[in-house]
Amino acid sequence: MSNNLTKRGFEFISENAIKTFFLLCAIVSVVTTIGIVLVLLIETTNFFREVSLKEFFLGFRWNPTIKPTSFGVWPLLSGTLYFTFITALIALPVGLLSAVYLSEYSGRKIRSIIKPALEILAGIPTVVYGYFALVYITPLLRNLLPGIKTFNILSASIVVAIMIIPTVASISEDAIRAVPQSFRLAGLSLGITKFQVTASIILPASLSGILSSFILGLSRAIGETMAVTIAGGNLARLVNPLKPAEALLEPMQTMTAAMVEIGLSDITGNSTAYKSLFAVGFTLFLMTLTLNMVSQFIKNRYREKYK
Amino acid sequence: MGIAKNDIVLEIKNLNFYYGELQALININLEIKRNTITSIIGPSGCGKSTMLRCINRMNELIDDTRTEGEIFYDGRNIFDSDVDPVKLRRKIGMVFQQPNPFPKNIFDNVAYGPKMYGTRNRQKLREIVEISLKKAALWDEVKDRLLDKSLSLSGGQQQRLCIARTLAVEPDIILMDEPASSLDPIATMRIEQLLREVTDDYTIIIVTNNMQQASRISEYTAFINAKERRSGFLVEYGRTQDLFIKPQMKQTEDYISGRFG
Amino acid sequence: MNQAKLEKRAMLNQESFLSSKNDNIKSEWIKGRIFLLICIVSILFGILSLAALLIYVFWDALGWLNWQFITSTPSRFASKAGIFPMLMGSGFIIMLVALFSLPLGVGTAVYLEEYAPKNLFKKFIEINISNLAGVPSIVYGLLGLGLFVSFLDLTHGTILVGALTLTLRILPVVIVTSQEAIKAVPVSHRRASIGLGTTKWQMIRSVVLPESVPGIMTGMILALAVAMGETAPLIMIGAATSIFTAPRNIHSSFSSLPLQIFAWSDFPGEGFRHGVTPAAIVVLLVILMIMNGAAIYIRHRFSRDKN
Repeated sequence: MSNNLTKRGFEFISENAIKTFFLLCAIVSVVTTIGIVLVLLIETTNFFREVSLKEFFLGFRWNPTIKPTSFGVWPLLSGTLYFTFITALIALPVGLLSAVYLSEYSGRKIRSIIKPALEILAGIPTVVYGYFALVYITPLLRNLLPGIKTFNILSASIVVAIMIIPTVASISEDAIRAVPQSFRLAGLSLGITKFQVTASIILPASLSGILSSFILGLSRAIGETMAVTIAGGNLARLVNPLKPAEALLEPMQTMTAAMVEIGLSDITGNSTAYKSLFAVGFTLFLMTLTLNMVSQFIKNRYREKYK
Repeated sequence: MGIAKNDIVLEIKNLNFYYGELQALININLEIKRNTITSIIGPSGCGKSTMLRCINRMNELIDDTRTEGEIFYDGRNIFDSDVDPVKLRRKIGMVFQQPNPFPKNIFDNVAYGPKMYGTRNRQKLREIVEISLKKAALWDEVKDRLLDKSLSLSGGQQQRLCIARTLAVEPDIILMDEPASSLDPIATMRIEQLLREVTDDYTIIIVTNNMQQASRISEYTAFINAKERRSGFLVEYGRTQDLFIKPQMKQTEDYISGRFG
Repeated sequence: MNQAKLEKRAMLNQESFLSSKNDNIKSEWIKGRIFLLICIVSILFGILSLAALLIYVFWDALGWLNWQFITSTPSRFASKAGIFPMLMGSGFIIMLVALFSLPLGVGTAVYLEEYAPKNLFKKFIEINISNLAGVPSIVYGLLGLGLFVSFLDLTHGTILVGALTLTLRILPVVIVTSQEAIKAVPVSHRRASIGLGTTKWQMIRSVVLPESVPGIMTGMILALAVAMGETAPLIMIGAATSIFTAPRNIHSSFSSLPLQIFAWSDFPGEGFRHGVTPAAIVVLLVILMIMNGAAIYIRHRFSRDKN
């Protein structure tokens, strides 16, 4: 029998079949993206056949299920932005300072304990955080702020902030760690304190990474659903721009919470309310996608800097 | 009080240093004279750089290390509990092996130390930057682009910028850890030339792997050798010409004639 | 250099070396201490808050969490309420999600690491996956609703639709962790196999996959833990928030543990607020703890074997 070196036969065919199978698996993720965009796009288009662009983007009343219906997105948008802002106000500085502690101050031993402990914060389901906010945190806050309503934005913001601290901290920490050790040594050798080195060299040098973690944190807060639904109340209304602090103790509705409300109601696939779900979802999707892409872009830029 | 060149400015006494279990320095005794250049030579890994970093207490920043012995700077033991290492480093500056300018512009690099010490006056800072860059023989090359990024400079220029940054805080002693080892011969010559020029104002201790460099620039030379497991000890210390021409110890002779290392 | 100049320098040295006049070290040192304190408070904020909340919830669950609670159906009366159908629903759905996402996720990872040429297509898929990971989970619910329920005409709220939706939700996580596990297999091992004349698939089957199993398992379990805690996507595909019968097949309606927690979270009455709901939360958290523990155990054993 002669040596057979040609690329024929069963072996070759099965090799190709397997490769094709793996390629198809990889295509599923692309199809998922296309699916998301198509589903959102189609139903949103259907929605705008029934509701004018003007009503949606310039309307100040959101009332999708009870007649007379009204589909102005502003109450939800302002609710989402307000909630995100308050959450960011807590989560971003706390996350950044945690990152500074982990990378600049903690010893290896303390870090090996604190880092996993911090990761647990992100592993608790958001529905559980919602319960915590409603049943434990709001009554606790009532001792300090007697005017606080049963459903309010502050409690929801606090728990969601706790939830996204690890995201902000871990990406910021990576960025701070990427600053070459030689900068720290150079600073200290000039006879300045560690705090000065951190504030004047290390943080500016890792600014883009920190920024990227902040944007990702914002994106997480915008897309957060269950905690706001449970603890934030479901009252779609505009934030009074003149008295923004008062809204803190009041119920409000974010885009995500409004979607859950419609999802729970008995609506049919043909109703305008059903279609409005996708219009709001599309708005949400575009917001988070933009933020994620900006975050990625900034992150890639700082990675190249110290190569 | 009569103070003159060649007074003892730094006195290292019975210095031992440990990285965990490993003893990196064994009983070092050395006297450094004011406004001179002293070279520290020896095979790589013998603890030269470690000894240098004891002098400005930079070794303390590494976990699991221990220092024994005394280093007297102007008569004061730098390991005394009430000596602030931050203050010490203002008097004993350091230039590193790899140029490490901050990711800021040229001006801000040089002005960084004085700014952090509390100098806010722009005019004063401008003066300091100009004087320091002139001393570091970099002024003519960068005076028209002080706001350029420091990373746009060549390696040799970056190292001179780092020297200028150290000079700007007016230290008394400058520690140099193989400052020219990553540079090309021309850049190295420039650095050596500038060291000779600033020696009137500063005491310089320079670690080098290059024996020609030590003999070219320094008045005093210390030879450190390593026992097994990388423990450094001082073999010989004296005037550079004496040490190179008629070394007292067999080990020194072997090392400088290139028989090992 | 003249003698006078030398003496002046030496005098200045002595003075500034001994006194803290004319320098800012002391104030900088104090600033540094305060900064460090704020950093420590920051890092402890999230960890201690969560610890307190967990103590609360375990304390409340005490006395309510018993065998009867695990094996009963929901009830109007707190003392009779249980979570059996939800527990079965969660278990059923997680098993299906594992079944779907394992081949798809690992297949994609194998394709990207072993087969895909390093070109734009590969980069496109990877960017696509990282963006999918940032899509809010509620949007996956809309995808499930629009794609599986409306377009493919599957019945809403069934095990199958829920499992498919959650599979898409966790797929990016499974892919990325599997990719990392596969990347960690040394190139030399691959070459050794190819050098013996095996085909690529034989090499992957006999070298790459066995060596990356621990890493893939770890990532898989962590992704399933995410799916276990998901709530919003299941609401969107019309899953029941509470149900009296355990699902029998993939076409059954179902509810899950997080959905029941959501339903109970605003039930009036102390028995629900501070009894039944905390008990359900504790069950969910214990399941997640076991899953995370298993993942950590596998990772730990794996890294020890390597050394």
